Amino acid sequence: MSDKQTKASAYWKENVRYLFILLAIWFAVSYGAGILFKDSLNQIKVGGFKLGFWFAQQGSIYVFVLLIFVYVRLMNKLDKKYGYNE
Amino acid sequence: MTVQTWTYILVGITFALYIGIAIWSRAGSTKEFYVAGGGVSPLANGMATAADWMSAASFISMAGIISFAGYDGSVYLMGWTGGYVLLALLLAPYLRKFGKFTVPDFIGDRYYSNSARMVAVFCALLVSFTYVAGQMRGVGLVFSRFLEVDINTGVVIGMVIVLFYAVLGGMKGITYTQVAQYCVLIFAFMVPAIFISIQMTGNPIPQLGMGSTVNDGSGVYLLDKLDGLSTALGFNEYTNGSKSTIDVFAITMALMVGTAGLPHVIVRFFTVKRVKDARKSAGLALLLIAILYTAAPAVAVFARTNMINTVSNQEYADMPDWFTKWEKTKLIKFDDKNGDGKIQYVADKTKNELTVDRDIMVLANPEIADLPAWVIALVAAGGLAAALSTAAGLLLVISASVSHDLIKKVFKPGISEKGELWAARGAATVAVIIAGYFGINPPGFVAAVVALAFGLAAASFFPAIVLGIFYKKMNKEGAITGMVVGISLMIFYILKFKFGVFDGGKDAVAGLTKDWWFGISPEGFGTIAMLVNFAVSIIVLQFTPPPPEKVQEIVEDIRIPSGAGEAIDH
Repeated sequence: MSDKQTKASAYWKENVRYLFILLAIWFAVSYGAGILFKDSLNQIKVGGFKLGFWFAQQGSIYVFVLLIFVYVRLMNKLDKKYGYNE
Repeated sequence: MTVQTWTYILVGITFALYIGIAIWSRAGSTKEFYVAGGGVSPLANGMATAADWMSAASFISMAGIISFAGYDGSVYLMGWTGGYVLLALLLAPYLRKFGKFTVPDFIGDRYYSNSARMVAVFCALLVSFTYVAGQMRGVGLVFSRFLEVDINTGVVIGMVIVLFYAVLGGMKGITYTQVAQYCVLIFAFMVPAIFISIQMTGNPIPQLGMGSTVNDGSGVYLLDKLDGLSTALGFNEYTNGSKSTIDVFAITMALMVGTAGLPHVIVRFFTVKRVKDARKSAGLALLLIAILYTAAPAVAVFARTNMINTVSNQEYADMPDWFTKWEKTKLIKFDDKNGDGKIQYVADKTKNELTVDRDIMVLANPEIADLPAWVIALVAAGGLAAALSTAAGLLLVISASVSHDLIKKVFKPGISEKGELWAARGAATVAVIIAGYFGINPPGFVAAVVALAFGLAAASFFPAIVLGIFYKKMNKEGAITGMVVGISLMIFYILKFKFGVFDGGKDAVAGLTKDWWFGISPEGFGTIAMLVNFAVSIIVLQFTPPPPEKVQEIVEDIRIPSGAGEAIDH
């Protein structure tokens, strides 16, 4: 494999690792906290919100927005590290 | 001034603005027509994407649906936002790097086959037409209620406006009108939400007001009060749903994956300059969408509580003005079954005397809360902005599918740039007329079919695109079989369980729910169809030749962000 290809596949590996981590969080807040574990989380109350209900109608959406911006930052850094930024 | 005068003024100003932008941003080349020249800034694209995405369904219907469904409504909130995470992480950057004009472009080139391209064109047209008919209906609804014109006249006015700026400006015109439409619609949604939040809880931020105490000195939390009101009338507790967990799971997944696979959303990311701009504008788009999507559940709670307080067990004769106005449109119906002159609004169908169409909750909410006339008019302008911006985005996908994917790529490759541009304009015109026809004569199944659009996108595009990027060895045989099997399965399931085609028609549908596969409703079945698509693609791949070396090189290239250049036509 040429240098160029080695570099490209190392970049891709790191990218895929980020995706796994971020998508795990994506899954945990929506399908986990908002759906599968909603009933147990509803035992906890934050202000007027039951926690499971809050995740389903508010919290998961806030986390989604954060996730994309974290991804943007991580990828911009990664692009720089491998010299792919422009 | 009356509500009607205000509505004429606000709607008039916004329409003049849209037309002005259209004249300023005419498209001179196919590149401008399809991808706005490829130089849109991330923020402008984020705003345009947000307006493109938030349709009449998000603006008019969603809060209403949630206010009747309570926790079950969460499927729309999570489903229609979580898809952007998938879009930003798995699709947008790579498709931007690939740098073509349409989604069938990617499918056709990546799977080196015009059959794959044709399957993609079929799916894109099916998804977009079902969607656009619903938007035209939304335009008609707003016009008929607020300007008291005939619903069909409303549809025709909407058609003329969209035709004007979509045909003239293409993607360029659409992008900049969508930026304006985003501003109008978010302002129109938030102003009444803030007013009502202050009224009910004293907190000006609706997202927080929803979790605050009621503003009457009792110290009771609003959600607890609503839970109490709901159970007292025999409904489910608001914060607890009635759908099964597996169905909520499947519907949420189908909506998320479907969102990420919708062609009119994906093409928006072809319009930015660099790969990093595509990532950033996906984040901005979701941020701008989230403002409405986190306020909507609050509006739902306010509206539900207000409505129950206003009507439940009250004298019919004492009902406010808005009640009678909506009664005229037949979207509120009262039938005094026990003849006591009071309104019994209860869960028990034999005793319930009031039916309220859930679509009117957002539109009626400011009136129910007795807000000033200009706020009510603002909601009308916002609803129109939401419906028109989405309709325009969809029409562009339809026209590009015909002029670019069919005429240029398949039937007449030698067509000149000018010829293609005229073909695109012609296709957009025909599409507007067809959409308007369905808006005026809605087939009874419009609402049902919009849900189907997500299932179809999930069952067809999403797996083919994701495999195309993340699985270098995926070949055309696998991808085409996967798409065809996925979409056929989805269509079969909808025909069987939504229309009862195989069991004696629509009347049989209610009795079939116990036969749902794995207990999953047709709305959530896109999840299963998507999994089947993935599985079939991978199995077929094992028995067919791998893709040519050149295609594998393309895949390696799109994984690297630098050198995206501009969206180019090969």
